Amino acid sequence: MKKLINNIRQLSRGVLGMAIGLLFAIPAGAETLTVYTAVEAEDLKRYASAFNEDHPDIKIRWVRDSTGIVTAKLLAEKNNPRADVIWGLAATSLMLLQSEGMLQAYAPKGLGKLDTKFRDSANPPSWTGMDAWIAAVCVNTVEAERYNLPIPTSWMDLTDPVYKGHLVMPNPNSSGTGFLDVSSWLQIYGKHGGWQFMDNLHKNIAWYTHSGSKPCKQAARGETPIGISFAFRGAKSKAAGAPLEIVLPKEGVGWDMEATAIVNGTKKLAAAQKLVDWSITKKANKLYNQGYAVVAYPGIAKPVKHFPTGILEAMINNDFEFAAVNRKSILSEWQKRYDAKSEAK
Amino acid sequence: MSSAAAFPVSTTSVSGASAVRIRVSRDDIVLRSGLVLLITLLVVAVVFPLYTLLSKSFEDNDGEFVGLQNFREYFETPALFTSITNSIGVAISVAFIVLVLAFVYAYALTRTKMPLRGLFRGIALIPILAPSLLAAISLIYWFGNQGVLKSWLFGASIYGPIGVIMASCFWVFPHALMILVTALSTADARLYEAAEALRTPKWRVFWTVTLPGAKYGILSTGFIVFTLVITDFGVPKVIGGRFNVLATDVYKQVVGQQNFEMGAVVSLVLLLPAVVAFIADRWVQRKQVALLSARAVPFQPKADPLRDWLLFVFCAIIAFIFIAMLAMAAYASFVTFWPYNLSLTLKNYDFDLMDGGGWEAYYNSIRLAIYCAVFGSGLIFLGSYLVEKARGIIWLRTILHLGAMLPLAVPGLVLGIAYIFFFNHPDNPLGFLYGTMGILVICTIVHFYTVSHLTCLTALKQLDPEFEAVALSLKTPVWRTFRKVTLPVCLPTLLDVASYLFLNAMTTVSAVVFLYSPETMLASVAVLNMDDAGDIAPAAAMALMIVYTSACFRIMHGLLSRYLKRRTQVWRNQ
Repeated sequence: MKKLINNIRQLSRGVLGMAIGLLFAIPAGAETLTVYTAVEAEDLKRYASAFNEDHPDIKIRWVRDSTGIVTAKLLAEKNNPRADVIWGLAATSLMLLQSEGMLQAYAPKGLGKLDTKFRDSANPPSWTGMDAWIAAVCVNTVEAERYNLPIPTSWMDLTDPVYKGHLVMPNPNSSGTGFLDVSSWLQIYGKHGGWQFMDNLHKNIAWYTHSGSKPCKQAARGETPIGISFAFRGAKSKAAGAPLEIVLPKEGVGWDMEATAIVNGTKKLAAAQKLVDWSITKKANKLYNQGYAVVAYPGIAKPVKHFPTGILEAMINNDFEFAAVNRKSILSEWQKRYDAKSEAK
Repeated sequence: MSSAAAFPVSTTSVSGASAVRIRVSRDDIVLRSGLVLLITLLVVAVVFPLYTLLSKSFEDNDGEFVGLQNFREYFETPALFTSITNSIGVAISVAFIVLVLAFVYAYALTRTKMPLRGLFRGIALIPILAPSLLAAISLIYWFGNQGVLKSWLFGASIYGPIGVIMASCFWVFPHALMILVTALSTADARLYEAAEALRTPKWRVFWTVTLPGAKYGILSTGFIVFTLVITDFGVPKVIGGRFNVLATDVYKQVVGQQNFEMGAVVSLVLLLPAVVAFIADRWVQRKQVALLSARAVPFQPKADPLRDWLLFVFCAIIAFIFIAMLAMAAYASFVTFWPYNLSLTLKNYDFDLMDGGGWEAYYNSIRLAIYCAVFGSGLIFLGSYLVEKARGIIWLRTILHLGAMLPLAVPGLVLGIAYIFFFNHPDNPLGFLYGTMGILVICTIVHFYTVSHLTCLTALKQLDPEFEAVALSLKTPVWRTFRKVTLPVCLPTLLDVASYLFLNAMTTVSAVVFLYSPETMLASVAVLNMDDAGDIAPAAAMALMIVYTSACFRIMHGLLSRYLKRRTQVWRNQ
């Protein structure tokens, strides 16, 4: 008994020491940048280790979530920012942050080499683009056949009552993909037509997801026959063996840029600038190209396996200004119309 | 709030141990400063955060006082009433279903000679080892659109109230069962003998003796299940589809839209039914005190083959369902690509390539569980010791006791949000805790404080106050008596409490989901996040890692407490 108590005592001392150590642990050695991102989780390790090959002295501490959440988090922390750099967030979100004065303008080295579409037009720019991420519809061919669903070719097709209960799409309030869909529909069909389209679409939606990749992953598993998601996710699931067809609706597809920016007020400006410099290099862009068919650095993009063809032609002429300025009102309108209607069908 | 009833809750009140005025001695000073210290801790960890939450609900985004505007805004949202009715509807249905099933199950375990009772009891406790999300994930594999038994739902969708109710029934079942088993095991055999002598038919004995005897246990179970279900958001999040409930509303507001003020409003709305259930439950507990008199004769069940076998079939079905739930998740976690490629693989356990923090999240969970078990049980035991054994100053002890009871009324979700407000406040000197493991430990201990406190109190009450009296007359310092007598005697209870805290820290989601940071990601939260990203197989895999770990721990605890009982508790049998 005594021995046991002694052991317990020793153990508890160890635990206590560990706890105190943990509570007060101060990150030592290399400089650590807190980087907010909405990049897919499976890519983050790749990005960080490629960056560390060139800058072993700067550690990246990722804070990852869906686009809408990262945006909301940044806005919520406006007066007490906790991020140093944003690497991989929708350009429309960054434009919104820019209008709130939350970004630190900076012209990274090699800026001239980027496609001019992929940067903030101001000089120095507040953000620089990485790649384009493009909406697409993931159709599970096995399930579509089972329910006798024709493969849709346009957005309008999706409002056909045959698809009732077979569609899943991301909630634009939390997902960047969801938002670029909504903003593209408003641009394609106009304000009135766009909302009318969504009213009809809403009747067919089985449920709205929180993340933009989930509809495609659910379509890949056959949990839903059709998921409105983005092309890159579809290509990945297809590569994993899912019976998917990635459809680019003929009206054109919405898209957004993933982009990088420095948070105004960071105490680690020098390191942050190094990271942003690196994020627009050829090497970094090649990395982005592993998943994304369209990247900011011209002339290096190689076709991505399983990516649908004709994607460049399908991308709508996206009015980022419109999307960024109206983001808040679009989202609250969406919420009023569809989030409130929570009956299943 | 989850697992609030993993121990039989006993009724306790502060006993006025001192009738005589005692001069304030060195011991009293030690004990009293201990009391003051613990009360301060509880005030900082419970009362202040709740107060901050309350005041936040009256503020706008910029921290300006806006009175009831948030509430007005919230009550004008049309989605709200759907959520309230959905929440209440689901909670009542689950309470009803679980009450019936768990009652029959508990009856079979306590009042019959049914074979394999021990095994059935063990199987029914399985859900305690897993986060509530596991049931929802497993149901998707059974009844989802690609589910094995989808046709059994006759075209209805598992995504919605059906799924939420089924999954909730699974994870609250053991909580209900344990209270009912306790309620049914305390029966007075004399009543049954009398009934038999009067040739009362069996069904009548059941209605007039058995049920009334367990009345308070049944009521208590109803309240606890209701609260557990209405405040749980893991299940509706995973399997709710478009079925909104209050708990997911809070999550959406706070995590989805970072609208903290609205989150505060919704969580206050959620606090209401929890507090009502808490008060009702306390009232019921108080009623129960005088039920068993000292002259009662313990009831010994007699064999009755027909009844026993019928109940055996019933229990076997329930146990089979429980195992099927666990087995399906275990199987699915090894499947390469459900449902198109059913070959087995380990890739779903490659957590580092997915959302949810990787294996580090799992190790963090174990760390959290150990800290909670060690610090929590120590602190809580000390607190209950002071409540029970400190001499005099009844008012101070009552305050501590009330403070220790408070967390039971606060759902984890509400506690988590309150902690964000309190610890992330720029002027809070404790702000350094925000985003660390420390805040997770504090929050989890507080979340499960009450049940542990009551358990320790029960154990301490069994100790004769004479020990202290003798120690006092022998001028033995109080810490010495504590170390030499109280602690060894209460060691098995202390272990139970540590184990309770460990298991709950492994499986809890509701409070910590608002408090983790990238460095302190937890396994249970990872399950939620992986499901959120659509990676359901890895989510199942992580949930199973939690189950395996909890099960190992539970077995170790069982062996250790058997050993300890043999070493330190011999006196109880003499």
